[in-house]
Amino acid sequence: MPKIHTALLLDRAAESALVLQAQQGDFEAFDQLVRHCERRVFTVALRLLGNREDAENAVQTAFLKALEALDGFRGESSFCSWVARIASRVGLDLLRSRKRHEGASLDELSGDEDDEGNIPRPWLLVDWREDPSRSVERQELHNILSQALDKLSPNLRAIFVLRDVQGLSTEEAATELGITAGNAKVRLLRARLRLREILTEVFGSEDQARDHLRIIGDGGLAAAPAAREEDA
Amino acid sequence: MSHDASHECQELLQGLADHLDGETQSRMCQELRRHMDGCPNCRLVVDTAQRTVQLFRGEEPIELSQDFHLRLHASLRDAWKRKFAK
Repeated sequence: MPKIHTALLLDRAAESALVLQAQQGDFEAFDQLVRHCERRVFTVALRLLGNREDAENAVQTAFLKALEALDGFRGESSFCSWVARIASRVGLDLLRSRKRHEGASLDELSGDEDDEGNIPRPWLLVDWREDPSRSVERQELHNILSQALDKLSPNLRAIFVLRDVQGLSTEEAATELGITAGNAKVRLLRARLRLREILTEVFGSEDQARDHLRIIGDGGLAAAPAAREEDA
Repeated sequence: MSHDASHECQELLQGLADHLDGETQSRMCQELRRHMDGCPNCRLVVDTAQRTVQLFRGEEPIELSQDFHLRLHASLRDAWKRKFAK
């Protein structure tokens, strides 16, 4: 996708000055703030919702809400964090309405199917070939991460994006999802381990993966090395 | 390797959440770190889980399409005019 606009990078003091100007009615200041934050807000929305059309709607709604609520913004977080939080709330509402539409739990995103039971046993025990952020083109990496997130359930996806993409604390993410901090922690660990498995399939050493899949018998974290020794 | 050893690994992975969130002083995290010294498989799981999280946290923000960028700013300009015309 061609870049057509330059992201505006601002430090916190410059951002605060623009917020003040915007609160006094200066649209150009507000427009600069939007340019500064729009990619970050869009990334959160896209990672949460999984498609550009829904993400664009969420981002547009979020900035319009921010515009309306601008007078009440007191700068307790950065402007970007504030708008990202509005966007993720809009996105979560959309995910909840999707679930209702699909006839799934009316308990919205607080369903507990991902919060109970044992943590799944890690399966792929192979190291990654190299650092993907250096060895893979940026666009390809975006695509790989998108496809990995698409394989998560909505509950796992939501907690992961709020915590590890948006950067909320686990407690803040739990509040947004209407679940306890304990459940959020369990759900987050499940999400991270599931993504680890998916990305290890992509980035794991092919030789090691083949070896691992050939020798592993009853699974288990410690099965592979013992079997390797026997194999040798 | 016995089933018990595998079970112990599984229990200790509960400390992975603390490890990934930098809560290195928690009991579970400290037990996991001690365990990793002698368990290459757990070390591998922890390392690749950490790299997984870092990939998402360090991802470059995603570009808006030109069309959406223009629509967004036009709609905000219109909304701004309406707000201050009141």
